[in-house]
Amino acid sequence: MRSRYTHWVYLLCIVLGMSIGHTLLGLLESGPRHGYDLKRSFDERFGRDRSLAYGQVYSTMSRLLKNGLVEIDGLETSGGPERKRYSITDAGVTDVEQWLGQPEKPEPYLQSTLYTKVVLALLTGRDANEILDTQRAEHLRMMRDLTRRKLDGDLSDRLICDHALFHLEADLRWLELTTARLSELTQEIRT
Amino acid sequence: MIDTLLSGHELHKTYGATPALAGAEFTVGAGEIVAIMGPSGSGKSTLLHCLAGIVRPDSGTIRYDGGDLTAMSDTQRSALRRSDFGFVFQFGQLVPELTCLENVALPLRLNAVKRKEAETKAREWMERLEVADLAGKRPGEISGGQGQRIAVARALVIRPRVVFADEPTGALDSLNGERVMKLLIEAARDTRAAVVLVTHESRIAAYSDREIVVRDGRSRDMARAT
Repeated sequence: MRSRYTHWVYLLCIVLGMSIGHTLLGLLESGPRHGYDLKRSFDERFGRDRSLAYGQVYSTMSRLLKNGLVEIDGLETSGGPERKRYSITDAGVTDVEQWLGQPEKPEPYLQSTLYTKVVLALLTGRDANEILDTQRAEHLRMMRDLTRRKLDGDLSDRLICDHALFHLEADLRWLELTTARLSELTQEIRT
Repeated sequence: MIDTLLSGHELHKTYGATPALAGAEFTVGAGEIVAIMGPSGSGKSTLLHCLAGIVRPDSGTIRYDGGDLTAMSDTQRSALRRSDFGFVFQFGQLVPELTCLENVALPLRLNAVKRKEAETKAREWMERLEVADLAGKRPGEISGGQGQRIAVARALVIRPRVVFADEPTGALDSLNGERVMKLLIEAARDTRAAVVLVTHESRIAAYSDREIVVRDGRSRDMARAT
């Protein structure tokens, strides 16, 4: 339980938090903006499937402010509630630059639910071929949806969909290879 | 529900002692795009050749537009291929001695269309496939991606009811492969041509409406695998 807690805290607070923070900082480099503008800009460019919650924007900006990476550029009231305009600091620019220059850790993909399912199917005498084909059909369906979205979309859509399509394609190649090696795997598992 | 235009039932084909098809099934409706996938040597190209009337299966039935293709003579099947079917292969298979324009016009010329009319139609298709500027060049003078777009134009110039595409992007990089597929699919959708697409690449199969997987000469409709 403890390890799971640590993992999720790491994922939500460090990985996602860091990348959203850096992304918002990067968006601020082109000029000062309000939290609302930042959210809109983030959603337009990066949040097609999952837009950013207002709460997340404001909590992230508070953190960046506390760490000296952004500062308040001005306050506006103009009839409504008070709105803060943020600008990036020199430290913020350096932080974005460091983040951009740092390679992302490649995902090793060694914990595969699919592999586990195939092995369990073989161990329990079930039809592993059927499991692989069911997954294959699901992958192909997703790839077809992404391809349609890509055909109707702009260059950003195409790039985002291509990234997903290449990953799904890699999964499918593994599914095909595993299908071809199923009898060999059956022998190995049952001896 | 799409009406079936072309179908294969219980198809068997053996080359020497090697079985290529062992009871394969296939259907495609008008305007439908179906991908045939499978590992090398699984029988997917043999299935395409049988459906297109290029190879006669040892047993089984192929029906096209209500008629029995397996019962037709070689001459009748050749005539059908010229009038109703278009073909795109992995390496274009353009005639090297002819210009690109003459290559695209060739299927019409074989159907006895006059040169001027054939070349006018060929030019229209070359414009559509964004290769109009290559009209006077010969296949040896153009890139692989350009060659495949010429091949797609040649396949579509007769306004076929079925386009057979055997690994049409197999020799191309991702960007050129995508471009060829986009143009092929758009043109096929506009003319309501059915497409039978053989590919081992899932990203290319994803342009289809449905996938059939061939393994050891047997087929499986992936829509029924869930």
